[in-house]
Amino acid sequence: MTNHTQAEIVRQSLKKRYRKEKRFRAYGILAIAIALSALVVLFTDIIGKGYTGFMKTSLNLEVELNQEMMFLDDATDPKQIRMADFVEPLVQALMKEIPGATEADRDEVRTLINPYASADLREALVNNPEWLGTTREMNLLAHTDVDVYAKHAGDSAYSIKLSEQQREWVDQLVEKGVVEVGFNDTFFKGGDSRDPSRAGILGAVVGSLLTMFITLILSFPIGVAAAIYLEEFAPQNKLTDFIEVNINNLAAVPSIIFGLLGLAVFIGLFGMPRSVPVVGGLVLTLMTLPTIIISSRAAIKSVPPSIREAASGIGASKMQVVLHHVLPLALPGMLTGSIIGMAQALGETAPLLLIGMVAFIVDVPNGFLDSATVLPVQVFLWAGSPELAFIERASAAIMVLLSFLISMNALAIWLRKRLERRW
Amino acid sequence: MTSIPANANMSEKTLHDENQELPTLAEEASHTGESIVEGKTVGTPYADDAKFKLRDVEVFYGENRAIKNVSLDIATNEVIAFIGPSGCGKSTFLRSLNRMNDSVESCRVKGTLELDGQDLYDPRQDVVELRARVGMVFQKPNPFPKSIYDNVAYGPRIHGLANRKSDLDDIVESSLRKAGLWDEVKDRLDATATGMSGGQQQRLCIARTIAVSPEVVLMDEPCSALDPIATAKVEELIAELSQSYTIVIVTHSMQQAARVSHRTAYFHLGHLVEVNDTSTVFTAPEHQMTESYITGRFG
Amino acid sequence: MQPANLLLITLAFAAIAYGFGYFRSRALAMPLGGIRHLKSLPFYYGARAALWCGIPALIVLGLWAAFQGHVIQTLVIGTLPENLLPSNEGEASLLLSKISNIASGALPRDFADPAIVKAADLLIRLREQSLMYMTALVVAVAVLAGFIAWVRIRPTLNARVQVEATLKWIFFSCAALAILTTVGIIFSVALETFRFFQKISFIDFIFGSHWSPQTALRADQVAAEGAFGMIPLFTGTLLISAIAMLVAVPVGLMSAVYLSEYANPRVRGIVKPLLEMLAGVPTVVYGFFAALTVAPFISDLAASLGIEASSQSALAAGAVMGIMIIPFVSSLSDDVINAVPQSLRDGSLALGATQSETMKKVIFPAALPGIMGGILLAVSRAIGETMIVVMAAGLAANLTANPLETVTTVTVQIVTLLTGDQEFDSAKTLAAFALGAMLFLSTLVLNILALHIVRKYREQYD
Repeated sequence: MTNHTQAEIVRQSLKKRYRKEKRFRAYGILAIAIALSALVVLFTDIIGKGYTGFMKTSLNLEVELNQEMMFLDDATDPKQIRMADFVEPLVQALMKEIPGATEADRDEVRTLINPYASADLREALVNNPEWLGTTREMNLLAHTDVDVYAKHAGDSAYSIKLSEQQREWVDQLVEKGVVEVGFNDTFFKGGDSRDPSRAGILGAVVGSLLTMFITLILSFPIGVAAAIYLEEFAPQNKLTDFIEVNINNLAAVPSIIFGLLGLAVFIGLFGMPRSVPVVGGLVLTLMTLPTIIISSRAAIKSVPPSIREAASGIGASKMQVVLHHVLPLALPGMLTGSIIGMAQALGETAPLLLIGMVAFIVDVPNGFLDSATVLPVQVFLWAGSPELAFIERASAAIMVLLSFLISMNALAIWLRKRLERRW
Repeated sequence: MTSIPANANMSEKTLHDENQELPTLAEEASHTGESIVEGKTVGTPYADDAKFKLRDVEVFYGENRAIKNVSLDIATNEVIAFIGPSGCGKSTFLRSLNRMNDSVESCRVKGTLELDGQDLYDPRQDVVELRARVGMVFQKPNPFPKSIYDNVAYGPRIHGLANRKSDLDDIVESSLRKAGLWDEVKDRLDATATGMSGGQQQRLCIARTIAVSPEVVLMDEPCSALDPIATAKVEELIAELSQSYTIVIVTHSMQQAARVSHRTAYFHLGHLVEVNDTSTVFTAPEHQMTESYITGRFG
Repeated sequence: MQPANLLLITLAFAAIAYGFGYFRSRALAMPLGGIRHLKSLPFYYGARAALWCGIPALIVLGLWAAFQGHVIQTLVIGTLPENLLPSNEGEASLLLSKISNIASGALPRDFADPAIVKAADLLIRLREQSLMYMTALVVAVAVLAGFIAWVRIRPTLNARVQVEATLKWIFFSCAALAILTTVGIIFSVALETFRFFQKISFIDFIFGSHWSPQTALRADQVAAEGAFGMIPLFTGTLLISAIAMLVAVPVGLMSAVYLSEYANPRVRGIVKPLLEMLAGVPTVVYGFFAALTVAPFISDLAASLGIEASSQSALAAGAVMGIMIIPFVSSLSDDVINAVPQSLRDGSLALGATQSETMKKVIFPAALPGIMGGILLAVSRAIGETMIVVMAAGLAANLTANPLETVTTVTVQIVTLLTGDQEFDSAKTLAAFALGAMLFLSTLVLNILALHIVRKYREQYD
C-alpha cells in the first residue's frame, strides 16, 4: 500500500521537523528574553547609578554667630550683610569638631564645607536677624567632594578628591555624627546649580509642568475636535484625504523636525522668546496632536452606529448626536490616548533643545514666559557633565521622570479598565 | 483573545435557548414513543470495517458540553454526511477527528476515538502524522497566497514526500488531475492561487489535501461558499474521490447529503440522533426528530 | 494687559454674552407663550452670542500677539543712528537682545551707548502702547460683536443651525491644522535651506565626503569656509540605523511570533505590557544608558579582546537604539501577523504542518508586505532618532563602516549646530536646516511608502 510507505516517510521526517520546531520556539523565547533582560538591565543600571542621588551629605554644626568675627552688628542692614563674613563662623565651628586641626589646616578644613553653605547662612540670618550673637545648631551642606567620599568611598568608579588628612577627619566626623548622610531634600527644593550638591530638579519639574499644561490645554481640545470632524463630518473628498495623509505622516515625522519648526516659526517668525514653556508647549502640541487625533478617532469608531441611529431617530441633529451621545461614550478612550500622548511629550527632549530650553537656569520658573528647562533636558544636561556626582543626580532625575511616566500610564490603564465599555 | 470566550458564551446561550424549546419537541416526539435519549442512536451507527471507531465521545468548550456521548463507526472508503441544524455540533465533531480543536484552548475531548485501532488522543499520538493521514477541507476556500503549484506542493514538501523535482511535479499533476483542475490550470501553474474563482479555489484546496495522500478527507461544508455550478463540480469530485478515500462531509444542504453520501448521520444539540443509509434517512427516517428536520419543520 | 489675561477676559466676555443671549431669547419667547415658540432652544441663542463675541476677539488677539514683537522690533531698529545699524541678521539679533536686556534692566544702562538706551526706552514705550491698543481693540471687538449678536436675536432665528455650522467650521480648522503644520515644517526648513544653497553648492553638500562645519579661526586655513559634505553624516546615520535594525528586527519579530502563536494568554498578558514599557522609556534615558553604560562596556570588552574601540562607538548607540525600537517592530508585526486570516493557519495545520512550518512557509510570506512596511517605519524612526545619538555617538564625521569607531549622524549635527554658540545666518546655522530638510524628505518618503504598503496589505485581507 502506498499509504503505508507514505505514513512511514512522514514518521521518519518527524524527528527532524520537531527539532526545527523546538529551535524556532527557542528563538522566540530567546527574543523575549533579550528584550526583557534589556529592560531589567536598563532599570537596574539607572537605579544602581542613581539611588545615591537621593542622599546628601550635610554637616551638623554649632555655629557661633559672633558679631566681631563676621564684621556685622545689624543683620537687618543690607549693606552690612553684603560685606559680612559668613565663611569664618562655619570654619570655626568645624575646626572645633576636629580635635587635631590647627590654624595651618584651615584651608583643608574650609574645603570640607560646601561653597554655598555661607550663602545659606546669610539667608538664614537675613530671615532671623535676632540670631546674631547667639550660637545655633545648623545643618549645612558638605562639600561635594565630601559627599562623594561619604557615599562612594569604596567605589573605584569615583575618584576621591579629598586628601589623606581630610579623609581621616571625615571618617571621624561621621562617627561623631557631625557629617551625616541623609535624605536629599535639596534635590527636590531647588533649581540647577554648578555644584552637584546644590543641584535640584524643582526648576525642571516646574518647567515640565508649565510646558505640559500648555500642551494639554491646546492638544486635547484640538485633537478631539479634529477627530470628531474627520470621523463624523468630513465629506469623502480630496481635502479630507489630504488631511488624513498629513496626520498619519506627521505622526511619524522625527521629533527634532518639530524643533526646527518651532525655531523657525515661533521664535523666528513670531518673535517669541527662547527657552520659555509657552514655545515648548506649542512645539509639543504640534508633535502630540497626531497621536491624540489617531487614538480619539479609534475611540469614536468604537461607538456602535446603533447609538447614532437611535439618537437621529428621535430627531437629534448630527451635531447633537455627536456632542450628546458619541462624545461622552468615546471620552474614556480619548482620555486614555491623550494621557499616553502626554506621557510621550513629557519624555521628549530633542525639539526642546532646539528652541533653547537647554540653557543653564538656576531659578525656578514663575510663569509661562520665564526661561525654563524641563526634566528630560535636565537629565541631558547633567548626563553630559564629567562629574560623576552630576551623573548620579541625572540617574535620580531619570527615576523621578520614569515615576511620572509610569503613574501616567497606570492612570491611562486604570481609566481604560474603569470607564471603557465593551459593546 | 477576548472574542473567544465571548463567542463561547454566545453559542452557549443559543444552545440554552434551543434547549428551552426542546421539551415541546421531545413532547411531540414522545407521542410516537421516540424522544432523544443521550448515548442512544437510532439506525446503524456501527460498521464492520471501521476506519474510525468512536465511542462515547464528548467534546467540551470550557463548561459547555458541545458533543454528548456520541458513538459511531466510519467505514473505510465510505462517504458519510453529517447533517443537522446550526449549533448541533457536527463541525465540532468533525474537527475532533483530526484534532483541529487542539488549537482552541478551552476545548477538551473525552471518550474513545480510534483510527485503525490507534487512539487519536493518546499523548504519544503525533498530531502532525495524524493530520497527514486525515486531511481537511474547510468551509471557505483558503488557498495560500502562493502560486497554484506551490499550494499543491506545500504538503508533499513539508512531509518530504518527494525526493526529486520531477516526483513533486508528478504529485502536483496527479493531484490536480484527481481534483479535475488540471486542464484549467496546467498553463498557469505559476499564477497566484488567490486569483482563481471560488470554485476553482475550493477544488485547489481539495487537490492540496489529497496531494499528501491522506486516508481520510474531512470536509466542513465545502460548498457553502460556492455557486451552484461550482458546487456541482465539487460534488462530482467527491463522488470520484470516494473510490479511494474515506470521506466525512458536514453539510447544511440535505440535497447535497442525499447526492454524495452513502450514509447520513443526523445531529441534534450535540446528540447523534440517527445514522442510516442515506436513502433510508431521506425516505423513511426511523426517528421522529430526523423526519421533522428533513421535512423542514425546524432547522 | 498681558495677552494671557486678555484671553481670560475675552472668555469671560463670551460667558457674559452667553447669559445675555440666553435670557433675551427667553424674554422674547415669553409674550409668544414660552420657549416652544422659539426656533431653537435658548441655549443655542446664548451659544450663538458667545461665539459672536469670542471668536472675532480671539482672532484679533491671536494675530496681534503673534506679530507685535516683530513690528516693534522693526520700529526700534529703525530709529537707530546709521553707525549702529546692523549689517546682517546676526548682528540685528545681538543688538535686539542687548536693547531688550537694557529695557528689562538685566544690563546696566549706565555703560551703554546713549542711542541704544534711547532705543530701549522706545522699546518699553512701544510695548506698553501695544498692550494698551491691543486691550482696547480686543475688548471693543468683543463688545461690539456680542452686541450685534444680542440685537439680532429673533424668535424666528434658527440659532442652532448657525451654532452647529460654526462648530463644524471650528472642528474643520482643528483638523486642517495638520496641513498647516506640514506647511510650517516645509516653510521653515525650505527657506533656510534655500539660503544655505546660495552659500554652498548643492553638489558639494550632497556628494562631498568631508564634513567640518567649524569655521576657520584664521583666514588662511584650508577649510576657511568649513566643509559641508554630508556623505559621512549620511553613512554614519545609516550605520547606526543598520545596527539598530539588526537588533530590533529579529528580536521584535520573533517575540511577536512567539507571543501571538505560542504563548498562553497569561504569559502574553505579562510580557506584552513589559515590552510596551520599553517603548515608554524616554529617549533621553536610552541616551544616558548608551553613553554611560553600554559604550564604556563595549570599549572595555573590546580592549580586553585586544581590539580597539572608540568610547563613543556606533555599536553602542546602534544597539541601544535597537532596544528602543524592539517594541515598535514587535507591535507592528503582531498586528500584521494577526491580520493573516485564521483560515490559512487552519489550512496549513490540517495538512499536517507543524506550527513553525506554518509560520515560516505560510504566515510569513503572507504577512511579508505588512512586515516590510513596519520595518520601513522603524527605519524612518531610527534615522530620525536624536537623543540617543546626541548623547552616545560622537561628533567626528568619520567615513567608516566599522561599528567600533565613532561616527556622527544627521540629527547629532542638527542639534550641535543649533545649540552651541550660534553665529546667526552663517553657513553653519543654515546647514542645520539643510540637514533637517534632508531628514524630513527621507523620512517622508519612507513613511509614505510604508503607510502605503501597510494599507494595501490590510485591504488584501479585509
